Amino acid sequence: MILLDRVSKIYNRKATALERINLHIEPKEFVIVVGQSGAGKTTLLRLLTREEKPTSGKIVVGGIDYDKLKDKDIPLLRRKIGVVFQDFKLLPNRTVFENVAFALEIVGMGNKEIQNTVPKVLDIVNLKNKANNMPYELSGGERQRVAIARAIVRQPKILIADEPTGNLDPKFAWDVIKVLEKINKFGTTVLLTTHNQEIVNKLKRRVVVIENGKIVSDRTNASYRL
Amino acid sequence: MKRSWITFTRVIKSGFVNFFRNLSLALPAIAVMTVTLFISLFLYIANITFSNTINQISNKINITVYLSDKTTTRQLNDFENNLRNFPNVKKVEYISKDEALAIYKTENAGNQNLLNAVDETSNPLPASINITPFDINKIQDIKNFINQKQYLALQDSQLGTSYSGDRKQAIDRIAKATKVLREAGLIGIGVFALVSALIIFNTLRMAIFNRKDEITIMRLLGAKPWFIRGPFVVEASFYGVISALISIGVIKIMFSIFSSALEASSLGLLNIGYASRYFNQYIWLILLAQIVLGFSLGALFSIIATARYLKLRTSK
Repeated sequence: MILLDRVSKIYNRKATALERINLHIEPKEFVIVVGQSGAGKTTLLRLLTREEKPTSGKIVVGGIDYDKLKDKDIPLLRRKIGVVFQDFKLLPNRTVFENVAFALEIVGMGNKEIQNTVPKVLDIVNLKNKANNMPYELSGGERQRVAIARAIVRQPKILIADEPTGNLDPKFAWDVIKVLEKINKFGTTVLLTTHNQEIVNKLKRRVVVIENGKIVSDRTNASYRL
Repeated sequence: MKRSWITFTRVIKSGFVNFFRNLSLALPAIAVMTVTLFISLFLYIANITFSNTINQISNKINITVYLSDKTTTRQLNDFENNLRNFPNVKKVEYISKDEALAIYKTENAGNQNLLNAVDETSNPLPASINITPFDINKIQDIKNFINQKQYLALQDSQLGTSYSGDRKQAIDRIAKATKVLREAGLIGIGVFALVSALIIFNTLRMAIFNRKDEITIMRLLGAKPWFIRGPFVVEASFYGVISALISIGVIKIMFSIFSSALEASSLGLLNIGYASRYFNQYIWLILLAQIVLGFSLGALFSIIATARYLKLRTSK
């Protein structure tokens, strides 16, 4: 599902973000990428969403070879990957419903279908009763669940979550993680980055540790100590 | 086909929704565009009115018919009498060759060279008839009368008829001043247009800059450039249309106030009555032109202003 082959990202002579990363993620896997701030986690995800190009190496996601991807097709790639960001990135002037619906409007789905689909997804993230609220009226955890709803509403094969709990209280953080597990159970490949030790240890999933731009360990059912 | 129609209506709709949700950002842009459109329209009408005034002045003249030396006394008397009986003719005055020479000599008393030139040859100045009309705005009938075949034969073939009379110098001076004023006006309009375009562009850019995060989010969600840009363009074009309506409205109100207060009177070179009539006569055309202008300004500038946030190229 996700394949990185000897991928490096070098910003300049003194800043090497990633160095010869080899990573292979199977469909339906739940993988946690951990590492200190600045270790290269976010760069890794930005390469996957094609916000940045690798300096060298090969990336294939969901059968799309990034070397052959044209700039104008980047929107089409991004529609196939659901992304959840640490800072939520909700559209501030739109209601919860509209934020989720936007992901469907982009792909040209009809209004009726949108009216049917969005409530179902809001139900999955337990936000059905907040559909008409504006983002600023929600708690952090609720906002993040809106973002997750938006990321999964197009039923992507892959969900990338970049420190989704980074800005949340532990109580809300777990709500978010539970939703991610639920989505994974439905068959979506989940790639989660975090530096929250407790979450990693409770989840007992495959853990990839990045330090200074290199993968230093990659084990299933692993725990992690900072 | 259906899908692109859905997308199109969505872009239009979200443009309008954004407009109402971002009113605080919209107001400065609308204000600047309104001022620009207002001043452009004002300058345009002022220019039209100014030209009209000049035309009117050049019509406010008396008529001088220069006579050929071959004209007999009988022909002259006949012409003179017919002119006197013509409606709208107030006064007819005959100036003989000798009188013309005398006038010339007194006018150029200081210039010996000119005087010598006149003396050396036989009198070169033609006799003439000066006609003063009752109504200076209705001299066309008199022109037609003078230009009949039998009277045309009496006239000096080179000098013909002058419609300026004593005011010729004044009119020439005004015409010259007008030309300078028009050129200065054109340059002024050009500079003003450039400056206001920059201000409008900057205002729109600020409004869009304020929402650049929104654009980034949309991009990350996989929206195509025009799906993101479209609503901004709709919104900015709508600013333009609103501005056009406001500027027309303000001018309309100004005219109704001034016109009743100054009822067709002239304020120096600007005849407000004429300007008002012109405005009311062409109001639909002016409205259309303003809307088109406002719409295009908004659309064009928002396309340019969004461009930098829509670049899909990924950093290497």
